[in-house]
Amino acid sequence: MSIELLYILILIIPLITAVGVLLCHNKPDIRETVTIIGGISLLFVVANLALTYDFKEPVTLTLLEPFAGLSLALRLEPLGLVFALVAGFLWPVTSLYAIGYMRAHHEQNQTRFYTAFAISIFATMAIALSANLLTLFLAYEMLTLFTLPLVTHAGTDAARRAGWTYLGILMTTSIGFLLLAIIWTWSLTGTLEFTSGGILAGKAEPAILGGLLVLFVFGTGKAALMPFHRWLPAAMVAPTPVSALLHAVAVVKAGVFTIMKVAVYIFGIDLIGELDSAYWLSMLAGFTIISASIIAMNKDNLKARLAYSTISQLSYIILAAMLGVASGVMAGSLHIAMHAFAKITLFFCAGAILVSAHKTKVSELDGIGRTMPITMLAFLLASLSIVGLPPLGGSWSKWLLLQATMDAHNMVLLMVLLISSLLNLFYLVGIPLRAFFAKPVDPNYSLGIKEAPTFSLIAILITTAGCLVFFFLVNPAWNLVEQILP
Amino acid sequence: MNLMTHLPVLIVVVPLLSAALCVLFNNRKSAWLITLLASFFCFYASINLIQIVQEVDVIIYSVGGWEAPLGIELRIDALNALMLLVLSGSAVLVSIYALKSVEKEIPVQNQVLFYTALLLVKAGLIGICVTGDAFNIFVFLEISSISTYALISLGHDRRALHASYQYLIMGTIGATFILIGIGFMYVMTGTLNIQDLSQRLPVVADTSAIRAAFAFLTIGVGIKAAMLPLHQWLPNAYAYSPSVVSTFLAATATKVAIYVLIRFQLSLFGIEFSLLQMPFNKILMILGTIGILGGSVSAIYQSNVKRMLAYSSVAQIGYILLAIGLASEPGFTAALLHIFNHALMKGTLFMALGLIAFRFASTELSVMSGIGKTMPLTMAAFLIGGLSLIGVPGTAGFISKWYLVTALLDASLWPLALVILIASVLTLIYIGRVIEVAYFQPAPEGITQQKVPKSMLVALWIFALSNIYFGLYSDISLGISSLAVNQLMGVTP
Repeated sequence: MSIELLYILILIIPLITAVGVLLCHNKPDIRETVTIIGGISLLFVVANLALTYDFKEPVTLTLLEPFAGLSLALRLEPLGLVFALVAGFLWPVTSLYAIGYMRAHHEQNQTRFYTAFAISIFATMAIALSANLLTLFLAYEMLTLFTLPLVTHAGTDAARRAGWTYLGILMTTSIGFLLLAIIWTWSLTGTLEFTSGGILAGKAEPAILGGLLVLFVFGTGKAALMPFHRWLPAAMVAPTPVSALLHAVAVVKAGVFTIMKVAVYIFGIDLIGELDSAYWLSMLAGFTIISASIIAMNKDNLKARLAYSTISQLSYIILAAMLGVASGVMAGSLHIAMHAFAKITLFFCAGAILVSAHKTKVSELDGIGRTMPITMLAFLLASLSIVGLPPLGGSWSKWLLLQATMDAHNMVLLMVLLISSLLNLFYLVGIPLRAFFAKPVDPNYSLGIKEAPTFSLIAILITTAGCLVFFFLVNPAWNLVEQILP
Repeated sequence: MNLMTHLPVLIVVVPLLSAALCVLFNNRKSAWLITLLASFFCFYASINLIQIVQEVDVIIYSVGGWEAPLGIELRIDALNALMLLVLSGSAVLVSIYALKSVEKEIPVQNQVLFYTALLLVKAGLIGICVTGDAFNIFVFLEISSISTYALISLGHDRRALHASYQYLIMGTIGATFILIGIGFMYVMTGTLNIQDLSQRLPVVADTSAIRAAFAFLTIGVGIKAAMLPLHQWLPNAYAYSPSVVSTFLAATATKVAIYVLIRFQLSLFGIEFSLLQMPFNKILMILGTIGILGGSVSAIYQSNVKRMLAYSSVAQIGYILLAIGLASEPGFTAALLHIFNHALMKGTLFMALGLIAFRFASTELSVMSGIGKTMPLTMAAFLIGGLSLIGVPGTAGFISKWYLVTALLDASLWPLALVILIASVLTLIYIGRVIEVAYFQPAPEGITQQKVPKSMLVALWIFALSNIYFGLYSDISLGISSLAVNQLMGVTP
């Protein structure tokens, strides 16, 4: 199959899935089979693309050209492939999980849920494949809009308020800052193409370029850099599968992915290294890492704690991109994948605890490991991956991150990363340990609690296995990220 | 006689005579049919004129064979052609839409007169955009204005009378100012032909009479264009007039006033004199910026959606004025593009509101709860128009925002670029309020799927889809705009 056809398929499969889901709205079994089939075919196509694509001969597919020089176009590069593979793999897994979760939880409007979910994946794939800033921006905005019905899914007043926060912060930053930065880039260089080595070097005074970088980073609200992070905890009112795939993987990773793309292909990593503002942004990312961890520690609601942990982990990637060294770019890209698998596992577990035991608070989980051992074991492994301990995938990206801070001679950030690991150990790993070893206060605690629904359990096992496999088989991923900076 | 060579004059004469025909037939169905046919003819004519303009640059037509400066000269360059396209295109859609909307909103005995007045407004506005004679502009402006007063007063709300009266007072002051301005120029130069004037004015430019003329003209046209702070007539006029009228006015009337502004400032006085020497560019930029922010913020606080969109129009006019104030090639291109694209967005939004008014006899936000489910097609079109107004990529609004922000950055005015984008966020807020009520609030008990006339939906959707078409393919809009800018910059010294 030609590469262009694969591009088109990647975008069209989620859309067809959405239509299929709509058509089968009153036959739940068929509807969910459609979702799974759509997910697996998408994964198949992305894998096919990964195997046949040669990065030395990039293929561009121009869809439209609204005006001269400015086009909507698709082109795959290594960073985009990382993102597409992660999202493409986790979508069918999440669909599997969602079947168990949504049924056990008796959620309403499931058709709307699966439709919006599929369209969100379409937007995510468009982000991953975008060949220039305009395409990326369009897909970025679509992702915000399509995920909104998922955030407000419950239809309660709280959900609606959360929806406003979500839309307000994401749209304000993207239109106010990101779009301004994009048009400014266009005005300085006359192009928006992602070009290896960057397009901005030498086009303006360093002060202006520095300001532009600040606009780009703050404009990408999806990366949840403080002070524009409030939308992420707000989005936690959504059903857990949404929090798992979209607000731990697709949406937030779209944010850091945008920052990485801008750093590598718009500014160029050498230019980033020379800009003062990049240094200050990396420090702000360091601040976000520590303060989000501290907030997470004080959150008793499990999903809120995970959300703040995500904010902290996203800033790892922003930090890596802002260091302006090659090892930082590789560490950041690898961390996109590693964190995705670990964090989605944690959210899956949180959702499993909610549907099986009806618990949402960390303080209620003492002793739950006896009745839900598989879930809590998965939780433990995923937490360890986030901390960055072997034998889990997260250790590689953590290791590289530490190395990148040393390459950039930034000892402060090195310390930040180490402290953050300790904090992770405390507020994430503590949860499964207490679940296994602490005694429940109520002697009848275990009554009526059983393991998660089978579909959900399978999904949890797949992602946990992913965390382990990445430790032993990191080479393919490593080869991929090495090609980002040839 | 070759029809094609007489198109410049026919495009005015046909709607003018059709208006008379309406009264003669005195039957509402035939009145509508005449309006529709006249609109289609104008649209056909404007397409042809655009094609001719792209080949020969300027069409000059002497009415009755009398050469200027003795006779009246019609003069169509790319800017005129662009305006004609906007005018006649909106007119066609509004005419299709009018049949059912007028049946519902206008008392039976007034319906024929309604179509007559509508045709007169069209004839007047088109006349402004074809003539090459300053006094003629005033005459056509009055034809369209007086008919507009009548149309607004036909709104079913009693406040429409007050709104119409308010507009009448303001509009008359504006027209008088324009007449005084033209008078001064005539005294100083002895000609009314714009081409002649532009050649003779520089000689006498440094006199107080010409400066006074400039001031009178600018303020007069400023009132018509609802330039802040002369905009007070607009929100009421739009909010209380019949749906057909508000749609047509929002898509065209203020744009024509801005056309007159551009014509006087650039072709007649010249960029050097009007924008830099007077220095009108700074004033335009300041007023434009205040208009953008003030209009957007006021829009957020309206409970009537029609009024909200009217304030949004004040903001959008601010964008155009700001772009003109830049006095640069990208600035003018952005202004013309926005004239075109804004007609598409506001046409869509007001038409959608007209359908809602058709069903609920009100455009208050409170009647719109759950309307996303009960009137799905109408609200989907509203959503497209709203996204275009916000400037989401893939819509026409994005193209104009892009050009405007690029023009501002070219002039190193990045704080103003930020203002534009903040205004987009404000737009998001007021459009978002409507969307939330329509899609996320349940419909009141007993309200089910609402039937709406197909003809109105068709017109609405052509408008809505054109927002997307011109967002993805800007060859036509951008091509004519840049041609017009080249001519404007070339003509002026």
